[in-house]
Amino acid sequence: MGQTISEKIISNHVGRKVYAGELVISEVDGCMASDTTGPLTIKAFREMGGKKVFNPDKCALIIDHAAPSPNERIANLHKMMRDFAKEQGMRLFEIGEGICHQVMVENAYVKPGDIFIGADSHTPTYGALNAFACGVGSTDLAATMMTGKIWLKVPQTIQINCAGKLQDGVTAKDLILFLVGKVTVSGATYQAIEFTGEAFEGLSLASRMTIANMSSEMGAKTGIVHPKGLGLEYDFEAITPDEDANYVKTFDFDVSRLEPQVSAPESPDNVHNISNYEGIKINYAFIGTCCNGRLEDLDIAAEILKGKKIHPDVRMVIAPASQSVLLDAISNGTMTTLIEAGASLITSGCGPCVGTHQGVPADGEVVISAANRNFRGRMGNPNSNIYLGAPSTVAASALEGRITNPKKFLL
Amino acid sequence: MSEVQTNIKAKAHVYGDHIDTDRIIPGKYTKTLDLSTLANHVLEDLDPNFNKIVQQGDILVAGINFGCGSSREQAPLALKQAGVSVVIAQDFARIFFRNAINIGLPVLEIADHKIQKGAELDIDLKAGTVKDLSAKVTYKATKLPAIMIAILGEGGLVNYLTKYGNYSL
Repeated sequence: MGQTISEKIISNHVGRKVYAGELVISEVDGCMASDTTGPLTIKAFREMGGKKVFNPDKCALIIDHAAPSPNERIANLHKMMRDFAKEQGMRLFEIGEGICHQVMVENAYVKPGDIFIGADSHTPTYGALNAFACGVGSTDLAATMMTGKIWLKVPQTIQINCAGKLQDGVTAKDLILFLVGKVTVSGATYQAIEFTGEAFEGLSLASRMTIANMSSEMGAKTGIVHPKGLGLEYDFEAITPDEDANYVKTFDFDVSRLEPQVSAPESPDNVHNISNYEGIKINYAFIGTCCNGRLEDLDIAAEILKGKKIHPDVRMVIAPASQSVLLDAISNGTMTTLIEAGASLITSGCGPCVGTHQGVPADGEVVISAANRNFRGRMGNPNSNIYLGAPSTVAASALEGRITNPKKFLL
Repeated sequence: MSEVQTNIKAKAHVYGDHIDTDRIIPGKYTKTLDLSTLANHVLEDLDPNFNKIVQQGDILVAGINFGCGSSREQAPLALKQAGVSVVIAQDFARIFFRNAINIGLPVLEIADHKIQKGAELDIDLKAGTVKDLSAKVTYKATKLPAIMIAILGEGGLVNYLTKYGNYSL
């Protein structure tokens, strides 16, 4: 019987052919926790009798969710993480080095064919790399750090097949917002997603990360982009599904005429064509996060904002996904363009998206954000409204002071 | 971590579908090891009264996709610390479901429940049954995988691994 990508990767790890529905205990190739989940992970690790992590080269801690520390309580949690990393001989990524998912990919903690467990819900991002990556909570992660293993139910797989190439001015973010709208926030719960078809084949690694990242907004256990067209700096053996693999459901879309998409408050699946929302006044524009803080995201914003000034009633915050992204955006002039247009650069990290610090909206304010979630209160104030869009949409909207279709600036 | 109580008789607090983890405990409160801080803000963006009215042992009931969003284990920890003894939903988001079991908070999936606000429930966790004493209906919860029953039976994953040292199926 044929296998999906997830079934193949798990089979390779457990040494026998497994299929959806089976319970397995698998070795993992890597794991990580952030400063939201890390302190509880360390506490649980100690409580369960953990002395040494299973392999310090395969475990990482990242300080990104509240970096630099906004108060003494969080400063002390960060210290707890630094002390633990030093004691264990494992790497801790410091404030500003980057967002957990970006630094795991940049530093090759995860590779094609791997099983990776992260104490963060956007861990499926590594599906861009043809890896099986799952988010868990702190205690699960502590157990993985101690044993090097995870228990899993082999998931059923949903196939999402997108024919056609995206139009100019339409990006991977528009595509994944469209798909979240169709599949819904619970449409893939407990299941894996395989993204396949022409629309994905020409996408960069960064764009594939945007796609896989929002698998979690459909409730998926993991979301893997078909490796056709995936280019990496190293050689790898691509894992592809068998022709007779069994899918629990298949979606077929032709996305060749897809328009820019916007997700309206207060659920990521409340998605419609941008024309439904054009003209809504905004106060705050944000580009960053594990979803859309990479170089191509900043570059497209700079293309729109070059030589212009953002609207006087709008403030704009930029959080690059990593230090490496920031350095590239400095070298190619993008960062200068964005700052000259009126954007404010903050430390690479998650702060605004998770409502921790560095840009909480005021009561009644409207945000246009390149992030992946717009739940009530997500950015720290339940009395604000968050619209999600592509970085291009965020930049165009910052310029005009209202939600704006970016296509006219890009064609 | 305490042993899980297997018979629970208490009042139901009923909410709707897609209650995300930001609504269970907003991100701005999650960076702490102090469980009472979590309990003080539990569900505050959904129902600011919840932490004033919840009694020790009460039952939280919801619709579909309970606990979607973030992986924060602070969500089930906040509910447990606030006194919630069990969460019943039509279905759960997967990370919340694992987290709840791992910290010893029982979760029951009942796809067709019609439990109303204020209902008195009588739960037998071992049998997986929920008697709605107000509506005089008995529901049967979806059976957990064996490994989850074992983890929950020990009061959570910390106790499970302290006892067994590793996973087994």
